[in-house]
Amino acid sequence: MFLNQFLIFAAVLFCIGVYGVLTRKNGVLVLMSIELILNAVNINLVAFGAYNSDIGGQVFALFIIAVAAAEVGVGLAIVLLIYRNRRSIDVSEADLLKG
Amino acid sequence: MTALILFAQQSVELTSTEQWVINVFFGVIALVSTAAALKMVTTDNVVHAALYLLIVLASVAAIYVILGAEFAAATQVLVYIGAILVLLLFGVMLTRAKLGADDDLNHEQRWIGGLVSVVMLAVMSFSLWEAFEDTKVPTALNPDDFNTGAVSESIFTDYIVPFEAISVLLLAALIGAVVVARRD
Amino acid sequence: MLSLLAAEGPSVPEVFDLVWLIPAIMASSFAFILFFAKRLKIQAHWIGIPAVTACFIFSLVIAANWIGYTHDVADSHSAESHSSDSKSEDGDHSDEEGVGASDESAAPFVNAEDVVVTQCGSDSHGDDHGDDHSDEGDHSDGEAFGAGETAMGADLELAVSEEGEEGHSSPCPVINEVTWFENGGSAAEGGSDIKIGTFVDGQSVMLLVVVTFISMLVHIYSTDYVNGDRRYTHYFAFLSLFTASMLFMVLSSSTIQLIVGWELVGVCSFALIGHWWEEKPNSDAALKAFLTNRVGDIGLLVGMIILYFAAGKTFSIATINEMAVSGEISQNTLLVAGLFLMGAVMSKSGQFVLHTWLPDAMAGPTPVSALIHAATMVVAGVYLIGRLYAVFFIGFGIDGGTLNAMALIGGITCAMAGLLAFVQNDIKKVLAYSTVSQLGYMVLALGVGAYTAAMFHLFTHAIFKACLFLGAGSVSHACHHSFDMKADMGGLRKYMPKTFWTFMIASGALAGMPPLAGFWSKDEILVGAGAFPGTGGNGTFTIPFIFGMAAAAMTAGYMTRVIWLTFFGDYRGDTTPHESGPRITTPLIILAIGSVFAGFLNVPKQLPLIGSKIGLTFEEWVEPAGVSTFPIIDHGKPSLGLAILATGFGMAAIVVVWQYYKKLYSIDRKATEYTSHWADKNGLLKAGHTMLVEKYYLDHLYTDTIAGGTKGPLARGTYWFNQNVLDGIVNTAGKSATVAGRFIYKYIDQGAIDGSVNGAGAGAASWGQALRRIQSGKVRSYASLMFGAAAMLAAVFIIAV
Repeated sequence: MFLNQFLIFAAVLFCIGVYGVLTRKNGVLVLMSIELILNAVNINLVAFGAYNSDIGGQVFALFIIAVAAAEVGVGLAIVLLIYRNRRSIDVSEADLLKG
Repeated sequence: MTALILFAQQSVELTSTEQWVINVFFGVIALVSTAAALKMVTTDNVVHAALYLLIVLASVAAIYVILGAEFAAATQVLVYIGAILVLLLFGVMLTRAKLGADDDLNHEQRWIGGLVSVVMLAVMSFSLWEAFEDTKVPTALNPDDFNTGAVSESIFTDYIVPFEAISVLLLAALIGAVVVARRD
Repeated sequence: MLSLLAAEGPSVPEVFDLVWLIPAIMASSFAFILFFAKRLKIQAHWIGIPAVTACFIFSLVIAANWIGYTHDVADSHSAESHSSDSKSEDGDHSDEEGVGASDESAAPFVNAEDVVVTQCGSDSHGDDHGDDHSDEGDHSDGEAFGAGETAMGADLELAVSEEGEEGHSSPCPVINEVTWFENGGSAAEGGSDIKIGTFVDGQSVMLLVVVTFISMLVHIYSTDYVNGDRRYTHYFAFLSLFTASMLFMVLSSSTIQLIVGWELVGVCSFALIGHWWEEKPNSDAALKAFLTNRVGDIGLLVGMIILYFAAGKTFSIATINEMAVSGEISQNTLLVAGLFLMGAVMSKSGQFVLHTWLPDAMAGPTPVSALIHAATMVVAGVYLIGRLYAVFFIGFGIDGGTLNAMALIGGITCAMAGLLAFVQNDIKKVLAYSTVSQLGYMVLALGVGAYTAAMFHLFTHAIFKACLFLGAGSVSHACHHSFDMKADMGGLRKYMPKTFWTFMIASGALAGMPPLAGFWSKDEILVGAGAFPGTGGNGTFTIPFIFGMAAAAMTAGYMTRVIWLTFFGDYRGDTTPHESGPRITTPLIILAIGSVFAGFLNVPKQLPLIGSKIGLTFEEWVEPAGVSTFPIIDHGKPSLGLAILATGFGMAAIVVVWQYYKKLYSIDRKATEYTSHWADKNGLLKAGHTMLVEKYYLDHLYTDTIAGGTKGPLARGTYWFNQNVLDGIVNTAGKSATVAGRFIYKYIDQGAIDGSVNGAGAGAASWGQALRRIQSGKVRSYASLMFGAAAMLAAVFIIAV
């Protein structure tokens, strides 16, 4: 088993996730794409853990899963709030930061 | 997979046949999950996207198994598929997303996202290849170092501070989500 | 003399290890006020005042310990000199002989054999000193610059010692450091760990006392002045934060810590100038102050980076100074670094060209002006020069020079700002320009090598200028928060005697009237310039000296104007003024007492009666003489003639301005200046007023004539002199000062400098307009940019590496 097969697979997932974040309008779909990115990172962590024979990789993957859960919770709350205020979850319409 | 074979055999070195089996298995999983991920970011049906995400998440769990991290794989299934995905489906439901095909899910300028991600993929693949080339993951693993017991011991000794921090983070996220989403 | 002499030097007082507590107390006071004061329903000053008082007391303890330590070190050095066999023919370097020897000190002599330089061992230097030093372990930390070994300066060959006046030896700065973040070990090991710590020496101890003292009084004053303000808690929180940051900066042991403190005080200044940000001019002034300071901060950063690399990748102030003194950094490097750092000094300490923010900063509450924009923060630039004095002294070639950038900038600033102060109607703006002028004085002093004089002027100026600002606040408190001297003041001495007398004393101190504080410090600066015959000094700085003399006269003049317009004549406002409450007047009285006595800390040794006992004590405490981190500087010889001349100039200015206003008053009791309007009506008014005037003079003349017929010619001569010469001088001087001041204010200050500042602003605005398009507000496009840029950077990195 090459280390690179895992890492490059993770890179592919990561880039697909980035594509999703950049192109999707629907807030929930953006969140899903973020999950993809987080999973890609997790694969890297576990793969490096196995490569170095270090349990820390797995442990941090677990931590990231916990953080992802928190992130989805807050993210969905925000999406719901946007939906309630604007009757739409199109993130491209939210441009209050416009300078 | 490694872990399963190790448990079955109680040996520390995989035979070449076993390695071949594992590589084929990995290839299949990688292909399926890449395809599912691509479908997820391109499909025009929100519920389908969630189902494609399920496939990706399950594949990632399988990758963990191949790498001998069975506890992480179990957590992946429990938390991601059991909780996060359900939460996302709730989100789909609560925002009254259109069931069935919806042709207004993507931006017009998809090529920007495509370009960015292709460039990133190229950069990352190139640098990964430069850095690791054909480095191998050791297959001679001692199961005692990688089982659930080892994970728990590590969490509660070496990583106790990050663990507590994550606990606080979860609490904060819980309260934050309630505060943000409640009607007042 | 061998280098083993002081191996058992006096031990460092342990209380210096705890000096970090002072900023820490203020920082926690800030946090507590910000987060808890409102919730616990405590009035913010009940937290701020105890905290700052504790800091003040602790600072006094530190100061007392420092003074004791200084004396111990000096004593041990002189004892060593006695015991040493190799005495030179000139006798000992001891304090006891200092006075007696002063008469032979007219000609400084250089005698390398005779010099003792305390080598402040620096561990990052890499030579033997560091190792020896840590073995001695005379300080708990091991990396402190303890009162270390005394090495002969003969091998350094830059030693000058002037018997009598420079006979004292100072301790090395006491440094306690912790590693902030590791970056590959210390400089000797090839890395550059970034350290923060405390740096206790005379200069920092002096500023500790000044900052905590003024801050304490301002806290007390503010409880009355901003009482009932809508952001009372916020105000006190920022006062605490400011004090904490200033103390943090003062105690910094590394340049990077100094930058952090420098920026923090800038932020506090911004927040407090804009305290009443609802009004547009206030928030504009806050922005102007902040942005102008940013210009100088670039200089600070670049200068510090140059020094970082020049000194072999170290941020340590002591090491940088030591290497500058020993010549390990070339003079050209020091010059370039010094010029960049001058940019920072110009912005923070309001030197000419970048001074425009300081008068505008008066938009903040008056106690803030007193604390930040007069007494403490604005002297940060002066402090910076003093802190890295070796860099400037050697970089600018002050020793033996005739003119350099620093002295020139200081000189121009003090003269220009003095002129500008003549034409301001806002009492705080007069004081602001006066502050600019006095800061120019300090920079001038540093530029001519009069380090102690600059520090001493910083010390006395902080006291009397704080008194003046707080007095101005008290006046405006009485006049319904107006600062307009012409419209709303006049004749206030009858209504508010305490404010009047304290203001008078502080003005006298500022104008340099003996024996008040400002006289001594100003005199030392003029002596230090070395242009007056027989004063010696580091060089002959004629041009700065002329500017300094002019500024001394102008200071006296514009302060007389302020006092007349505010306290004399008739009241011109429409409300009834009243004396302020005790929480306002008590700080004023304390500061006025300080303005009287602070000057006696550093009188010349030659002064009869007290000079031999208390002469130059401030110098002994503050100036690190004979220490390897400090350049060897010459001291001017005090000159009675110069003191009389400077005081005479000041007196003359006072008399001229006083006569000008007195004459005005005798013509029109509410007039505040000769105006063209008044001149038009002059013919009409003449009938009424000429009689009055004529009568007065005639009466005078008659009395004189009758009282002493023999004195008739004299009286007539006096009368003629009075009418023609004095009046002519008075009118011409008054008018020309006004005209010149107005011209400079209108064209140079408001036109050229403000124009360029505004131009820079407009340029920034147009760039902002251009860049604004990227700012679409769409998170997605931001994300695209971010990911894309990250990918591109990664690609560049891969290709390049």
